[in-house]
Amino acid sequence: MPLAYLVRRLAMAIPTLFGVAIVDFVLLRVVPGNPIAMMIPPGASAADIARLRAFYGLDQPIPVQFWRWLEALLHGNLGVSIDLRRGVLGLVMSRLPATLELALLAMVLAVALGIALGVGAIYWQGRWPEAVVDGIAGLGMAIPDFLWGLLLVLLLGVLLPILPISGRIDPMLSTHFVTPFYLAESLARGEFSLVGSLLAHMALPAVALALPLTAVIARILKSALVEAMSQDYILMARVKGLGRARIIWTEAFRNALVPTVTLSGVQFTFLVGGTVLIERIFSYPGIGNMAIDAVIGRDLPLIQGVVMTFAVLFILINLLIDMTYVLLNPRVRHG
Amino acid sequence: MSALLEIRDLHLEIGTGRAALPVLRGIDLVLEAGEVLGLVGESGAGKTMVGKALLGILPPAARITQGQILYQGRDIAAMPAKPRLALLGRDLAMIPQDPMSSLNPVIRIAGQITDVLRRHLGLSRRAAYERARALLESVHIREPERVLRQYPHELSGGMRQRVLIAIAFACRPKLIVADEPTTALDVTVQRQILRLIRDLQANSATALLFVTHDLGLVAKICTKVSVMHAGRILEAAPVAQVFTRPQHPYTSALFAATPRYDRPAEALTPVPEALTARLWAEAAAYDAARAAAGVAVGGRAADA
Repeated sequence: MPLAYLVRRLAMAIPTLFGVAIVDFVLLRVVPGNPIAMMIPPGASAADIARLRAFYGLDQPIPVQFWRWLEALLHGNLGVSIDLRRGVLGLVMSRLPATLELALLAMVLAVALGIALGVGAIYWQGRWPEAVVDGIAGLGMAIPDFLWGLLLVLLLGVLLPILPISGRIDPMLSTHFVTPFYLAESLARGEFSLVGSLLAHMALPAVALALPLTAVIARILKSALVEAMSQDYILMARVKGLGRARIIWTEAFRNALVPTVTLSGVQFTFLVGGTVLIERIFSYPGIGNMAIDAVIGRDLPLIQGVVMTFAVLFILINLLIDMTYVLLNPRVRHG
Repeated sequence: MSALLEIRDLHLEIGTGRAALPVLRGIDLVLEAGEVLGLVGESGAGKTMVGKALLGILPPAARITQGQILYQGRDIAAMPAKPRLALLGRDLAMIPQDPMSSLNPVIRIAGQITDVLRRHLGLSRRAAYERARALLESVHIREPERVLRQYPHELSGGMRQRVLIAIAFACRPKLIVADEPTTALDVTVQRQILRLIRDLQANSATALLFVTHDLGLVAKICTKVSVMHAGRILEAAPVAQVFTRPQHPYTSALFAATPRYDRPAEALTPVPEALTARLWAEAAAYDAARAAAGVAVGGRAADA
């Protein structure tokens, strides 16, 4: 991977982030509702309101507000949450690891399941497993992640209560975590009772997040494999006397991955966006859950900070996907 | 002692039921060890299907409805998958028509030669790699080490066809199907590739089923010729005899349609339409006679 390419891609992210910041900033100040109205007690005087507005700089014209915000941002300061009265950067950083662990687990699940389903459908092409995969893929794409979340709560949390449906870890487990990456930390410490509790709490939200992506990967991989299996080099592999499983895995799979990564890439960002509602449903203490509270409280600096964080995440995911694409395709790698 | 390859009365259809289309109408072929048989015909004659049936790589819609493909006395068409796969690559190999699409674009050349060696000869990774290098030398590729590390898109068409020829000869097969192996190449490269195939074939005494529409190539490389049209073999004879005294009018017509250096291009005459029409009518009559005799179109013999 040429370093110049990486640097160029990262440089291109700056105007994108700037655009996101402007749109977000203006939209938040144009929509009805304001944070002052949410925090004042009934019967506050007009002078109190004006003083609070001036305190948070909300009495200034929008361009001036934006300029102040941007200036602070360049100093690494994302502002102070109006609702929680703490620095936005610290709030985001304390919540983001929980979201990252959840999203990463969901992605791993989706990739593993999606590949297994797509490859299975081709191995047993024209027989019943293919129909089963088509059915799963259809359902997975038709039902959005938050609906899967509610269905899973109902099925495995209420009707057949075998998995926890709220929180990140069993509160009875007394422990102190040094880092906010609970799962990674307990894995590193080798404390598998903690790992078990964390995974049990993540299971349902992760599955709910993973299902739509699983479906997309299975569907795209399957059609890409069909396409790859019809190529001349597959005939050549058959004439070499290679078996069907071997041909699918070593000859067709890598070729099919290229279009699969390209076409399912967007879906990965949908998964990260999906954490907002899923965390709400499962009371999972991630950044998405906090974002909803911020919106309800019209906590402008916090909303702004969360949106910027998601923008950075999306850009990084897209960059990772493009890099994977280059790694998989020797024709681009050398070009 | 049975022949290396004997195809008996091979019938093949594409599609099923009423939509079934007869493609091969009773093909007979005999190929002895070390022989080179030219299978000649226009496009649509079914010559490629003969090769594909032999290698078991027919398209999904195609079915053998009658006849046998006997390799060393055993019917490959009726063989279970496992012993058939053991033969493919080791005893039977292929030189494909299009070198541009016949190599896997995401696998280095080394991997595409060593896989067949390791599958059939049980070589170690190291030994297979050494063997692959020697094979590339045998097809006159300079700097084989470098080529082994390369991906197919880094090689020219002629180089890729050399690699594919190396793969075909890798396990010293007894029979190779070469389906128009030079058609997709530049004219200048065609000669070199043809000579390479001929030399390797002669040195290894491999039998070759050479599928082509080009009688000029047949004269250069083959010992016997079978002329095909509409899924039937019209004439089968040693090369010398076919070229000096063609028995079937269609063979003569093919000669008249083939460019030759000693004859100006304007003297070429296409195969007369009346002749082709007559041959197709014969094919249709054959299908009708089979149907009348109780061999349902789209199925095997009604009652054996």
